[in-house]
Amino acid sequence: MAMIEIRNVSKWYGEFNVLKDCSTTVDKGQVVVVCGPSGSGKSTLIKCVNALEPFQQGDITVNGQSLCDPATNLPKLRAHIGMVFQNFELFPHMRVLDNLNLGQTKVLKRDRATARDRSLELLKRVGLEAHAQKYPGELSGGQQQRVAIARALAMDPIAMLFDEPTSALDPEMINEVLDVMVALAKEGMTMMVVTHEMGFARQVAHRVIFMDEGSIVEDTSKEEFFGSPRSERAQQFLSKILHH
Amino acid sequence: MLGEFDFDVIWRSLPYLFKQGMTFTLTITFTAMGAGIVLGTLLAMMRLSSFKPLAMIAGGYVNLIRSLPLVLVIFWFYFLVPWIGQWITGAERPVLVGPYLSSFITFTLFEAAFYCEIMRAGIQSIPRGQVAAGYALGLNYWQTMGTIVLPQAFRNMLPVLLTQTIILFQDTSLVYVLSISDFLGAAAKIAQRDSRLVEMYLFAALVYFVLSYTASHYVKRLQARLAIVR
Ligand SMILES: Nc1ncnc2c1ncn2[C@@H]1O[C@H](COP(=O)(O)OP(=O)(O)OP(=O)(O)O)[C@@H](O)[C@H]1O
Ligand SMILES: [Mg+2]
Repeated sequence: MAMIEIRNVSKWYGEFNVLKDCSTTVDKGQVVVVCGPSGSGKSTLIKCVNALEPFQQGDITVNGQSLCDPATNLPKLRAHIGMVFQNFELFPHMRVLDNLNLGQTKVLKRDRATARDRSLELLKRVGLEAHAQKYPGELSGGQQQRVAIARALAMDPIAMLFDEPTSALDPEMINEVLDVMVALAKEGMTMMVVTHEMGFARQVAHRVIFMDEGSIVEDTSKEEFFGSPRSERAQQFLSKILHH
Repeated sequence: MLGEFDFDVIWRSLPYLFKQGMTFTLTITFTAMGAGIVLGTLLAMMRLSSFKPLAMIAGGYVNLIRSLPLVLVIFWFYFLVPWIGQWITGAERPVLVGPYLSSFITFTLFEAAFYCEIMRAGIQSIPRGQVAAGYALGLNYWQTMGTIVLPQAFRNMLPVLLTQTIILFQDTSLVYVLSISDFLGAAAKIAQRDSRLVEMYLFAALVYFVLSYTASHYVKRLQARLAIVR
């Protein structure tokens, strides 16, 4: 069953064509890695999926609900799609626990005690329950990103979007975040992940999408992608990042 | 020369100066600050709105107010507010407002334009990613502003907001044009009555200086403290 369906999506920033007729599908329980050179439109595409970015052509449906349908309640839909950002985007003026409680109490209307229990359970899961009362600024980058993942999970999402979740991290902190993501993937979470961590892709991805200049150039199984990418651009790209 | 001065007049008029004059000055300062910040924040949100007519109305208002001398605005409102009141309530004759209420309304509306620009800068200083994170959690515009953007913007801008309030505190002395006995007005009245102009105006200047200077000092300390936490 298709959880995320992107059909012929095109987007312009003024004259500039950021996304060109992009189509792909992410099935329930699938992990899809999106990669490609800088400026190819990966972030833009993933932000279109939860309507953080509007697009001019095409349609996206999430769990059967079309983003273009005026009847769709966008905030409600977004509440069920977790999103993790490159720069964490934790709310610096709230304690870690309150970062996790916010969406639960304001959007899901859980009472404070229920929200708190769920928050602590998730913090424990990412190994940070001892930091519940701290402010985000007191945590390391890796810890902040794990809090951000826990915050997204607190909304009981049906799918998770990741936009380069490890690229702002010091190398020694990348693995602690990837471990959480791998565990999530193995539990069957539907995930769309923009990343250049090819180790992660190899380990848990079902499919790899390669983007270049706003187009989806390649959309294949992991085996095929790492075995023999068809496009020359993908081959160049792969050889560049695998040699690093 | 100092011998000719009668500083006793100050001592004698202290209760009147402070109980009446300063009480009014502080009341109008804090009222205009509170109401002005609320209104100014709403104006700032309008100015930053992607809905152009809203942004234009707020922008026009702020630019108009900021290009007019305050004294003129005080006068204007004094004469205009009764007519506006009549127009709103549909009364038969202009609504009697009086200088006190008129001055409160004027200062709130005037200061709102300045607080608006401060809050606008504050809102713009919050990274766009914070807003995106709010929306991604399913929060709507008002929830995102109320729980994520405004608390951070307000906190970042607190020293500037307070500095603007110190200016407001000094500006409230302009209500003398409506013959209101604020602190300066009260001092002026005693000065005229007892022909002690130099003493009273010197004393009034000293009081404004001491209060403003002390307040600025605390704002600077607050600024330093906020800078460390960030
Ligand atoms: N708000 C905007 N206005 C105009 N152009 C934009 C805007 N946001 C992004 N772009 C442009 O759109 C293109 C795609 O941006 P996007 O952030 O999606 O790329 P990306 O693949 O995520 O790159 P990176 O790997 O650097 O994150 C870039 O050329 C970028 O300059
Ligand atoms: Mg990007």
